Amino acid sequence: MSDGITSASDESPSSDELRDRSRKALQSQQQPTVTVLSSLLAVQDDLHYIPDEAIEETATHVKSTINDVWSVASFYTNFRFTPPGDHTIDVCWGPSCHLNGAQDVMNRVHSELGITEEGETTDGKLTLRYSTCLGACALAPVIAVDHHMKGRISPDLAAAVVGKLKDAQ
Amino acid sequence: MSVIFSELRQKADAEWRSLTAGDKPWVRVGLGTSGEAAGAEEAYDALTELLGSDANVTLVGSMGLCYAEPLIDVQLPDGARVFYANLGADEVADVVGGHIKSGRANADRAFAWHGDERPEGLGAVTRLSELPTVRVQTRLATKLSGDIDPRDLSQYIANGGYSALEKALEDMDPASVLDEVKNSGLRGRGGAAFPTGVKWGFLAPNPAPVKYILCNCEEGDPGAFNDKGILESCPHTLLEGLILAGYATNSSNGFIFLRQGHSLPIENSRKAVQDAYDVGLLGKNILGSDFSYDVEVALTGDSYVAGEETALMEAIEGKRSMPRYRPPFPAAEGLWGKPSNINNVKTLAYAPTIIQNGADAFKSVGIESTPGTAILCITGAVNRPGMYEISMGSLTVREVVEDVAGGIKDGKKMKLFQAGGPLFGPIGEEGFDSPIDFDSIGKTTGSLGSGGIIIGDEDVCAVNLTRNLMAFNQFESCGKCFPCRLGMTHMVETLERISQNIGREDDLALMERMGASMRMGSLCGHGQLGYNPVASALKYFEADFRSHMDDKKCPTGACGEGHMVTPSRTRP
Repeated sequence: MSDGITSASDESPSSDELRDRSRKALQSQQQPTVTVLSSLLAVQDDLHYIPDEAIEETATHVKSTINDVWSVASFYTNFRFTPPGDHTIDVCWGPSCHLNGAQDVMNRVHSELGITEEGETTDGKLTLRYSTCLGACALAPVIAVDHHMKGRISPDLAAAVVGKLKDAQ
Repeated sequence: MSVIFSELRQKADAEWRSLTAGDKPWVRVGLGTSGEAAGAEEAYDALTELLGSDANVTLVGSMGLCYAEPLIDVQLPDGARVFYANLGADEVADVVGGHIKSGRANADRAFAWHGDERPEGLGAVTRLSELPTVRVQTRLATKLSGDIDPRDLSQYIANGGYSALEKALEDMDPASVLDEVKNSGLRGRGGAAFPTGVKWGFLAPNPAPVKYILCNCEEGDPGAFNDKGILESCPHTLLEGLILAGYATNSSNGFIFLRQGHSLPIENSRKAVQDAYDVGLLGKNILGSDFSYDVEVALTGDSYVAGEETALMEAIEGKRSMPRYRPPFPAAEGLWGKPSNINNVKTLAYAPTIIQNGADAFKSVGIESTPGTAILCITGAVNRPGMYEISMGSLTVREVVEDVAGGIKDGKKMKLFQAGGPLFGPIGEEGFDSPIDFDSIGKTTGSLGSGGIIIGDEDVCAVNLTRNLMAFNQFESCGKCFPCRLGMTHMVETLERISQNIGREDDLALMERMGASMRMGSLCGHGQLGYNPVASALKYFEADFRSHMDDKKCPTGACGEGHMVTPSRTRP
């Protein structure tokens, strides 16, 4: 994954830097069909979130409007508009994982992170997201750490994973 | 045979020979999304560090035996493959290193073997094809998954890949290819089970210069991973099928449509497309024929409804994936208004075998109403979860669970199965002896759908499971139709009340009324089927509901205290 911008970055990039980086991400698209959606995906792939500057640059790049770009960005639940923490943990709550103890894993991750719902920890360094399906259902329950799958998870194993991430700060 | 293809074939054969019967052992590490979750990548890294250039170490796809992953096999030159199951990074030095150094398989750790001759010392080890999870399979679409490097076009060609396309372009005209698929009786594997040849037949005669075949790999159904499985383990099977579909319907372009974030199937699809272009299997004048076809990979953001065929087109066009009105139907006016067909990955993945071996061979598998195979994803409370391709109608749900998937974990009893995606609910004992095919499962309140079957044991509370399914459905409502958007929310709140033992007397009637409005007032299947999970749960497990409503307690304790953790955001 590229070196995205996280909330724990040493310096907040300036608006010009964000704009510049967005433009580069937009122009880096290799596929023949470039749309508002493909562009937003390209931006988030690089920056790890969608800053306002990227909304504007996408509108320009695809010859659309800011309104239409927001319409698409606000629809798909993978998009985020603030920088994430240095590390992201996804916990799956789909039915296969649910029947294999996902709720217990979820509750344990909440308590280890000190939060009660999706989002960033209070120090902004770790991000928790819920997933409807990570696609590894035979290995349930499944979490992903920085998008790397870890299956056959228990609350204790999940706590160990969180602990390691916290120590890595 | 076309000259281009014959050269490709020769080169591929030579490369394959050097891997299987060359001067070095070949170690294959199964890596699909399930393998990644099991730790296969770490095992692979450990192996490459350990073996260096002493062996060829390749990441292959997943054989679907997820319970056995990480699954790693060692093939000494000209020998059989010896498989080791659940082999972590910490064991590879001992087991694989030891096998290669000594030239003898590790008999204690061997899981299975596959080849002409049983390796020395493995008298007690089963042949791969005789494992309970393998012997029932008829692998048509997943034949090469786990055998070859999904990122290597040559390995696909060496194993018969693109022979069907070559045959079609050299010896058959588009109408003959279409007829063969029609005669095969192939029905769509996305869930609707519509006859594929008929669907292609809507598109074929249209003289429009630009026509699209859209391959649907959105696969948002929790519990289903066979579409991504094919793309990550053998993307060329799908690509060959997609090109055949283009040829049969005189189309100009194909799209492979996936959800962002699933890196393995996305990267492997992109590589497959690029490699195909590089050797002339895509683009202008494929294999020197008159047929030209362009394919690209298109990604969508996270939206379950993007798997609905018209919403899918909206997503490729870059918009909010909300369904369109039909008519017009895609075959008349589809992507960017051009004639289009939308097909599931598995459906297209059958095209090569149908063309290569003929419609009659395809019909010899499965049952009359639905020839071919069912590619099932069995998960939940079973001992051997995985992906299994079995002859359609050959096994009942109970047989798959007991004979193939090793029965229920911890000696518990099977209570329910849930299949067809989250718009279908739990089904009880009365449905266990249903053969697995579209029409038989359709007789229960369930559906075979895309092939995902989740098994629940005696500790599952039907209210709890239904609550989970409806929470998914509510979260995924695109919002276009208020009966779906609001109805799903009401249903989730109602189920929450019931699960917390504060259900109101008219709650069941309320949900039924809500379901009726949703059925009438929703543009697509999402809202139309919204009440289904509840209806199904009530039909087979009313007792679980009554326990909550009348006795104020959960029948199994699964509901617990406090509300179920699910996302609180909804689509604006």
